[in-house]
Amino acid sequence: MSEYICRIKNITKEFPGVKALNNVSFDIKRGEIHAIVGENGAGKSTLMNILSGVYQQSSGELEFDDEPVRFTSTKMARQKGISMIHQELSLAQHMTVAENVFQGRMLKNRFGFVDKKSMHEQTKTALERLGAGYIDANGLVSSLGISQKQLVEIAKAISTNAKLLIMDEPTASLTTNEIDFLLNVMRGLREEGVSILFITHKLEEVLAVADTISVLRDGEYIIRLDPKTTSMSEMIHHMVGRKSDFNSAREFMDSDSSSPVILEVKNLSVPGYVDDVSFQLRKGEVLGLTGLVGAGRSELLNAVFGYYGQVKGEIFLKGEKVTIRSCTDAISKGIGLVPENRKEAGLFLKMAVRDNMVLVYARTHSKGPFMNMKSTTDLAEEYIEKISIKTPSIMQTIVNLSGGNQQKVIIARWLLQKPDILMLDEPTHGIDVGAKEEIYALINDIAKQGISVILLSSELPEILRMSDRVMVMHRGKLKGILDHKEAEQVKIMNLIFDQEIGMTT
Amino acid sequence: MKASSKNKQSISLKQFLSRPEITMTFVLIIFCLALTLASDVFATPQNILNILRQIAVYAILGIGEAYIIITGGIDLSVGSLVGWSACVGGVVAEWGWSPGMVLIAMLVAGIIPGIINGILVAWVGLPPFIATLGMLNIAYGGALMITKGFPIRYRGTWLHQFGGGYIGIVPISVIVTIVLVIIGYVIAEHTIFGRNIYALGNSEKAAKLSGIKTDYVKIMTYAITGLLAGVCAVIQVGLLGTADASLGQGAELDVIAAVVIGGISMSGGEGNIFGVLVGAMIMGVLRNAFVLLAVSGYAQIVALGVVVVIAVAVDSLRRKKATV
Repeated sequence: MSEYICRIKNITKEFPGVKALNNVSFDIKRGEIHAIVGENGAGKSTLMNILSGVYQQSSGELEFDDEPVRFTSTKMARQKGISMIHQELSLAQHMTVAENVFQGRMLKNRFGFVDKKSMHEQTKTALERLGAGYIDANGLVSSLGISQKQLVEIAKAISTNAKLLIMDEPTASLTTNEIDFLLNVMRGLREEGVSILFITHKLEEVLAVADTISVLRDGEYIIRLDPKTTSMSEMIHHMVGRKSDFNSAREFMDSDSSSPVILEVKNLSVPGYVDDVSFQLRKGEVLGLTGLVGAGRSELLNAVFGYYGQVKGEIFLKGEKVTIRSCTDAISKGIGLVPENRKEAGLFLKMAVRDNMVLVYARTHSKGPFMNMKSTTDLAEEYIEKISIKTPSIMQTIVNLSGGNQQKVIIARWLLQKPDILMLDEPTHGIDVGAKEEIYALINDIAKQGISVILLSSELPEILRMSDRVMVMHRGKLKGILDHKEAEQVKIMNLIFDQEIGMTT
Repeated sequence: MKASSKNKQSISLKQFLSRPEITMTFVLIIFCLALTLASDVFATPQNILNILRQIAVYAILGIGEAYIIITGGIDLSVGSLVGWSACVGGVVAEWGWSPGMVLIAMLVAGIIPGIINGILVAWVGLPPFIATLGMLNIAYGGALMITKGFPIRYRGTWLHQFGGGYIGIVPISVIVTIVLVIIGYVIAEHTIFGRNIYALGNSEKAAKLSGIKTDYVKIMTYAITGLLAGVCAVIQVGLLGTADASLGQGAELDVIAAVVIGGISMSGGEGNIFGVLVGAMIMGVLRNAFVLLAVSGYAQIVALGVVVVIAVAVDSLRRKKATV
């Protein structure tokens, strides 16, 4: 038995017109956590899909568990011992945990019926191995939270005796302590000799948990790094292929700034989500908003934007009390919102880039019922140039753009409105490092133009880097507002987890 | 600079040809060419105009149905709204209303149940399938009640011209159809309301967050469909000279078929209104072919079913291919 569980030799994958992987070679050791990092489009997903049997390589060889293999189906890969845990979880919502764990290979008793008892027991064992024995094997998956669903997915994989686990962005929708738990689960699996291929955008997690790091860029294998000796900026440097200006900070606004208050929210409540929140926003300020998922952050922004209709509390714009009954009202008063979950709430996926960008502008700026095709087309082209959106044409269907460019189109949608206030809800979620930098630069620019920004983010480095002040929410309540000078990871974390400042060091 | 901006707007020929409504236009042309070879009668102006006259109702109702399907809904009541509007017109005509007033009564009779459909879907939150299935029966039953189940004869007035009249050799109903399809297309592509219909079908949440009054858009699409049912009622009574509760019975299925064959996706958010005309034409040409080639009427029904399934299957397969 060699020291390697999987050897990837000169793998090339071509799609019509694109070389997604070009002559990639590397080895995965038994019982190691091997992180793969790279920007979107670097070829990570293609590589995973080849290893898990979704695609077949155009050329090159795979060796798994000391024998050459060529997977023609996911089932075949699974039988050999490779399990993939997808970004979008693939569980049957209305079936039990045990039924999901045994999906496609349910146990039968001697009458040929489903053997629920053994399935239940084996599921329980698998969950306990993960330290998640509290999850009821007979409970419905739909009643579980997202992190628990993830654990069920892992239980499903280890109960098939997987030797290599491929985890694609497993922490994307988890909160900080859920992530810590998951990383520990991964370490536990490593102790048991399971190899893990870990794909993520979150580089601090890579440094925390990985034994080896492989960097991919434009379909090529760039370099193998040792997490003990590498740094985040070195990784980014290899990922983007140019020197990262990760530390370029913005010019922060002082807390005693004379900049006028643009928005004042007093005692705003949304039953069940937001509880008596008050805050102020100054002209040209970037106000960070963070907290755990479910702390009521998005709901606060949605409420200010009129998505729930009129809510309890008072809103003042430039000192004047206003009533916001709908999103239409909020828009007419100079507020914009880039919502969380770009694909569902932000984009019109089957429509052209132009239509996605000018839809709001056309409605609010035209006099008759007709769209002014010429002026909207000109505007769309102007903004594509201005904030460098990469698209072959303004009539391209937006689904074909990369995540970062899609997000820029939505930001442009609001910039066209020349708003006073722009609220951004997780604007860099699921987009690659290079595009993130561009979004940061754009936010910086927007604030310089005098537009006030509320930046909601779960990523503390992002919050710390961008915010003049940081607002932290916990269970619907505003826990505190920190000035950028006093804002630091530990203090914010304490507020996020609702501990008194100073109690821990 | 000017040249490059022109270039940015245009889409490639390949993209253009891959649009479903363009594919179906080619299918229609192939059908027509084949029939021209197979039958001497097919390519005569008389026959073509006859086909167009027969599909007028499906194409007109199809415009409204397409709007609704693009928003992500469906309207099953279109057929019986035609019967209902025709009967309302017949009743008020018997009361001695002037032809102008009868026309208005028919259009209003179409719009009101349309608005009710829209309110049930938008405000009450009923699934469109259920709301309009209910309306199908209500309108049909209502038409039977006000006519007591007997057909009503219309006295001949200028109103009949819409269904039975000609300009030269061209039936007025064909002209009305073409004008309405053009208006329907312009509304969909070039007005803000039209773009909002597509936006709503892409994502209701994103539409709402963009400040689109989604309830208003939904109610309007059902109201427009009701209005078009009123227009079809005017055409039908003009053609037949009588109003009958069973008028338009079952038309909803042919209308939905025309919309789908025309490349408008049942999943909403995309499609071209000209596709409706193409879809209706394909069905009309097929029907005509069976008559000209003297194939049994039963085989005709089977063939139409097959065409609908193939059209949707082609669409689904292309979608599948696009996502891999």
